[in-house]
Amino acid sequence: MSATTMPPALGPVKDQAVAAALGRRRKAADRLVRLLSYAATLIGLVFLASILLTLFYKGFGAMNLSVFTEVTKPPGSEGGLLNAIVGSLIQVALATAIGTPIGMLVGTFLAEYAKGSAFGNLVRFVSDILLSAPSILIGLFVYQLLVLPFGGFSGWAGVAALTIIIIPIVVRTTEDMLTLIPNTLREAVIGLGAPKWKMIVLICWRAATSGIITGILLGIARIAGETAPLLFTSLGNNAWSTNLNGPLPSLPITIYSYAGSPFQDWIELAWAGALLITLAVLLLNILARSVLGRGK
Amino acid sequence: MQQAATLPLGTPMGAKPQRAASPGSFGDTLFSAACHAAGGFVLLLLGGIIIELFIGGLPAFRAFGIPFIWSTEWDPVTEVFGAGVSIYGTIVTAVLAILLAVPVAFGVAFYLTELSPPWLRRPVGTAVELLAAVPSIIYGMWGFFLIAPIMGQYIQPAVIDTIGELPLIGELFQGPPFGTGIFTAALILAIMILPFIAATMRDVFQQVPPVYKESAYGLGCTTWEVMRSVVLPYTRISVVGGIMLGLGRALGETMAVTFVIGNANRISASLFGPGNTIASVVALEFGESEMGSLKLSALLALGFILFVLSFIVLAISRFLLRPRLKG
Repeated sequence: MSATTMPPALGPVKDQAVAAALGRRRKAADRLVRLLSYAATLIGLVFLASILLTLFYKGFGAMNLSVFTEVTKPPGSEGGLLNAIVGSLIQVALATAIGTPIGMLVGTFLAEYAKGSAFGNLVRFVSDILLSAPSILIGLFVYQLLVLPFGGFSGWAGVAALTIIIIPIVVRTTEDMLTLIPNTLREAVIGLGAPKWKMIVLICWRAATSGIITGILLGIARIAGETAPLLFTSLGNNAWSTNLNGPLPSLPITIYSYAGSPFQDWIELAWAGALLITLAVLLLNILARSVLGRGK
Repeated sequence: MQQAATLPLGTPMGAKPQRAASPGSFGDTLFSAACHAAGGFVLLLLGGIIIELFIGGLPAFRAFGIPFIWSTEWDPVTEVFGAGVSIYGTIVTAVLAILLAVPVAFGVAFYLTELSPPWLRRPVGTAVELLAAVPSIIYGMWGFFLIAPIMGQYIQPAVIDTIGELPLIGELFQGPPFGTGIFTAALILAIMILPFIAATMRDVFQQVPPVYKESAYGLGCTTWEVMRSVVLPYTRISVVGGIMLGLGRALGETMAVTFVIGNANRISASLFGPGNTIASVVALEFGESEMGSLKLSALLALGFILFVLSFIVLAISRFLLRPRLKG
C-alpha cells in the first residue's frame, strides 16, 4: 500500500487495477487449494469411517458367544472361530518371541556397533527392503525353505514367515530409539568402568524401553493381520489343532476362505472375524502410541 | 589425568583391574558377536529369498526362456505359462493407484502441516495412520462387499455413458460394469497406500526450516504459494521417495487385490475389465498346483519377477528418502 504513495519514479510502475486483480487471483488460487486440501483430508477420514462402520455393522450382527466357543464347522451347522483364534494367537506369539530378540540385536548392532561402516549400511539397507517387501514373497520363500523339504505345511513354517516380517519392524524402531539417546549418557556409563555390553543392556535398552515396546506392539499388529504368507506355510485347518508340525488354522486365512465362499453363514463368520482382527490391530496401534507418548 | 590412569597398571596391584576387566571383555566379545551375527542373519534372509525364489522358478525359466516375461499365455492344461498379463496388471494397477493416491495424499499432508488447527493435528494424523494399520484382507472384504457393488451399480455405468463416449480416452472406460476389475483394484490400492505417502510427505514437509517459510510469508506469499515455491522445491526428492515407497507397497499387495480384480488372464483395453496381478495369481493358483509341478515353478518364477520389480522401486525410494529423513 505504501508503495503507491511513493513517487512513481522510485519503484516499478504499478497499475492499481492490475495489482488488485492479481491479488484476487492469488487469493482465489490459495482458497481453491485449501478447499481441495480439506476435501482430500475428508476423503481419507471418510474411507476410514466407512471401513470401521461396515465392520461394526456386519461384524456385530454376526457376533455371538459361539464365535468364541465353537470351532469352524461345515456350512449350515453353528460354527465358531475358536480354532482360528487360538491358531493365530499361537503363531503370532511365537513369531514375536523369536523375532523380537533378533530384531533388537540387529537394531542394537546398527545403532551401537555399525555407525557409518559399510557392512552396517548394507544391513540397514537390506532391513529397510525387508520392511516393505511384499509379504507374499516371504511366504513363498518359507514354502521353498521349510514346507517343500519337510514334506508338508506346518505351523512352524507360518511362525517362520511371521518372524521374518516382524524382525525389520523391531530393527527400525530399536535403531531409531537408540539413536535418540544422548552420547553423554553412554560416556558416563563407560566412564564408570562398565563394559560396553552392560552399557547397552542396562542403560541404553532401558532408556529406549518405551520406544522398543512401541515397535514390538506395531509389529504384532502388523503380523496379526497378515494373510498372504500364511497361505503357503501354515495353510489353515478347519479342525481344532495346536500341533505346530501340521497345518495350523489362523484367523486371517479363515476370513479369506470364508469371505470368498457362497455360504451366507460362513460369510457372516468372516465378518465377525474381520471385526475381531481389526479391533485387535487398531487397539494395539493406539496402545503403542500411548506407550510412546508416556515414555517421552 | 593420563598419569593417574596408567599409574596403577605399573604397580603389582595392576593385575587386579585386568582380571576385573576380563569378564566384561568376554561379555563384550559375546554381545558384539551376537549383534554382528544378527546383522549377518538379515543379509542371509534377503539373499535367501532371492536365491530360493530363483531356484524355484528355474524350471519355468528353462522351459519358456526369456519370452516368459511377456508371453500372455496361461494354460494349466497344456502347461504353457507366461507372465505377460500379470506383469501388465501389476504395473497398471500400481501406477493407477499412485495417480489416484498422490493428489489426495498431498492434500492430507498440506492440511496436516499448514492448515489444521493445532488441536486437530494429532487426531487427524493418527486417524490417517490407523488407515495404514488396517490389514489388507479387511480392505479386500470391504472392497468386495461394499465398493465393488457401488462401482458396478452407480459409478461405472455413469462413467461409461459419459467419458466412455469420448474419442480416444473413451476406450479406457468401456465395457460392462462388473464392479470388480483393474480400476476397482487400483482404487482400493490407492486407499491403502494413501496413508504411507501422506505420512512421508507430512514428515518431510515438517523438516523445512521455518525461516524459509517465514521469509516467504514475509514477502506476502499465500499459504499455497509458500507450499508451491518453498516447501515443495525444498522437499521434492523426498516427496518422490515417498511416492516410490507407495508404489513399492502397491506392487506386492495381495489380499485386497485378489478380492476385487476379477481374476481373468487377459489384457483388456478397458480399465473396467477384469485382470490379474502377479501377487493375485500366485495367491489364487497356488492351491491348485502340485508340489514339484511346472505350474508351481511358474508361480515361483512370477514371485522372483515381483521381487526384482519391488526391490528396484524400494531401493530407489530408500536412496531418495534416507539422507533427508535422517538429516
